[in-house]
Amino acid sequence: MGNKKEWPLWEVFVRSKNGLEHRHFGSLHAADAEMALENARDVYTRRSEGVSIWVVESEHITASNPEHNGELFEPAQDKVYRHPTFYDLPDEVKHM
Amino acid sequence: MSEQEVKNLEEIFEARIARDEKIEPKDWMPEKYRQTHIRQMSQHAHSEIVGMLPEGNWITRAPSLRRKVALLAKVQDEAGHGLYLYSATETLGISRDELYEQLHSGKAKYSSIFNYPTLTWADMGAIGWLVDGAAIINQVPLCNTSFGPYARAMVRVCKEESFHQRQGYEIMLTLCNGTEVQKEMAQDALNRWWWPSLMMLGPTDDMSVHTEQSMKWKLKRKTNDELRQQFIDQTVPQADILGLTIPDSDLKWNEETGHYDFGEIDWDEFWQVVKGHGPCNKERLQTRVNAWENGQWVRDAALAYAEKQSERKIKKAI
Amino acid sequence: MDKKDLIQYIETIADNSLILGQRMGELTGHGPTLEVDIACTNISLDLFGQVRSYFQYAAQLSNQEISEDDLAFLRQERAYKNVLLVEQPNRDFAYVIARQFLFDHYHFLFLKHLQNSEDETLAAIAKKSIKEVSYHKRFSSDWIIRLGDGTEESKQKIQTAVDDLWQYTQELFEPNEAEKAAEEKHIGVDIVSLQAEYTQNVGKVLQEATLTQPDLKFFQRGGKKGIHTEHLGYLLSDMQYMQRTYPNMKW
Repeated sequence: MGNKKEWPLWEVFVRSKNGLEHRHFGSLHAADAEMALENARDVYTRRSEGVSIWVVESEHITASNPEHNGELFEPAQDKVYRHPTFYDLPDEVKHM
Repeated sequence: MSEQEVKNLEEIFEARIARDEKIEPKDWMPEKYRQTHIRQMSQHAHSEIVGMLPEGNWITRAPSLRRKVALLAKVQDEAGHGLYLYSATETLGISRDELYEQLHSGKAKYSSIFNYPTLTWADMGAIGWLVDGAAIINQVPLCNTSFGPYARAMVRVCKEESFHQRQGYEIMLTLCNGTEVQKEMAQDALNRWWWPSLMMLGPTDDMSVHTEQSMKWKLKRKTNDELRQQFIDQTVPQADILGLTIPDSDLKWNEETGHYDFGEIDWDEFWQVVKGHGPCNKERLQTRVNAWENGQWVRDAALAYAEKQSERKIKKAI
Repeated sequence: MDKKDLIQYIETIADNSLILGQRMGELTGHGPTLEVDIACTNISLDLFGQVRSYFQYAAQLSNQEISEDDLAFLRQERAYKNVLLVEQPNRDFAYVIARQFLFDHYHFLFLKHLQNSEDETLAAIAKKSIKEVSYHKRFSSDWIIRLGDGTEESKQKIQTAVDDLWQYTQELFEPNEAEKAAEEKHIGVDIVSLQAEYTQNVGKVLQEATLTQPDLKFFQRGGKKGIHTEHLGYLLSDMQYMQRTYPNMKW
């Protein structure tokens, strides 16, 4: 027997406490979503690391290609006017 | 890609690492970098899961409830660490099943220390104290290694591992403060685990093939000999606190170097174990193979069920 | 309730967690996948955690004349009161899951009622433990369904395991002397009353798993009175090894 197919890979996102976003914690294998959640609970929250878990099958994630990093991300670098430090204010204006 | 293009990419790549930039899975990387990382990371992962066995051997016989839960949690952490490391390796485009296949066929290596038997309860103390101690020395620098997923996995591993060595040392301390029989048990365990622990830090620098390349890629920060010296220097005073004697008549403090001098390591024994002829090589591997083969029908069942469920969902939607 | 009787009652409850925890602990390092291995160890750890709470309470009741470890490791075989079900060996993963499943559903109902115990400590332990056991129940029920409704091979294996272990389920609902005494004092749970709901809950899962609920006329019992299957002796010789070989030492 044995079709020798592997359980799919899932990515695990955990919210450490309410008020914080879900953060990527790692991945694991599971046959289905329900099992992926249970496994994530057992693997990634053994030391009370979380209050909420998301799992998503890895193959459903679309990732940007690092070869396109130049066109994707570098154009943002010279748009300094998006940052507060771009604007000159007199020192007397303390909080703005 | 032309040879020149590859060379240019390699130069850019090496410069990134030299600048302490991290390499992520989808980034271009030299094939050798990929292969070296698959080899080292999977070897590390295999060591974690084979490493569960010598200690797992004492779970059913732990002497108190407190020790039993600590040991269970520790061995479980090793499964977790194996899992983190397999996952990190999988980002390089190899599946966990393929990695298992390499382990089970004997193609992949794991740390030789786990081919020694755990004969008494004191071995749980000695492993935690010495083997985890040596492992930490090896692992802490890896939190800063160049490959992002490996570095992140190691941060998690090191954080979780901090209790392991303390757990082991506490076992030793309790034995050494106990009866004569317990103290003898502790000394015997130190005698058996000391030399294999020193070997864990790898062959001497003049024998080590991978060191130079590994240094460049930050898979290593110090040489094997430097790490070994660090391990000895930190462990000898710990043995003194326990009142135990390190089984090396040549061991003595060297005022000039500021380090301990130590005796000759039996490298023949090391290579014998590496080549598969240690006391437990066959058993350890067989145990892993059995667990995997006995689990095949379980894994198949879960997949079959998942497939049926998604078919049912689709039918419902129609 | 007399302290000695209460300790007896605590043993009856805690021994189930102790022996099942020991069985689950045997699996560590040998699971069908790393993820499942980790999950099973978690169950073992939960169970041993419960054992420690129960036995530390018993130790306190004895004015520390006995310790949690005395209770766990130094009783005679006949003094262990666990049900026969939990001492059955890990023949394969199907037996591990079936045993867990058949016990979890009982354990959950039991703790649900123990939360109302007039003994505050037991009620508090139950409140904490029931969260763990709810998860165990979910884990084992999910696996019953996966294996039952998985492949032909898995279905046959899990059906065999359920069939074999079913003969040990009746004992769960037959109180021993300590349980009867504790129930009368509103400290213990009326376990007889749990059976109908148990059968219904277990039946629901078996049905979803496309498995057949066994229909048995003859059951095995005795664990609660210290009459065990032959398996317990071996389990104890491992578990008690250190305490027996090196008496009166600290570890």
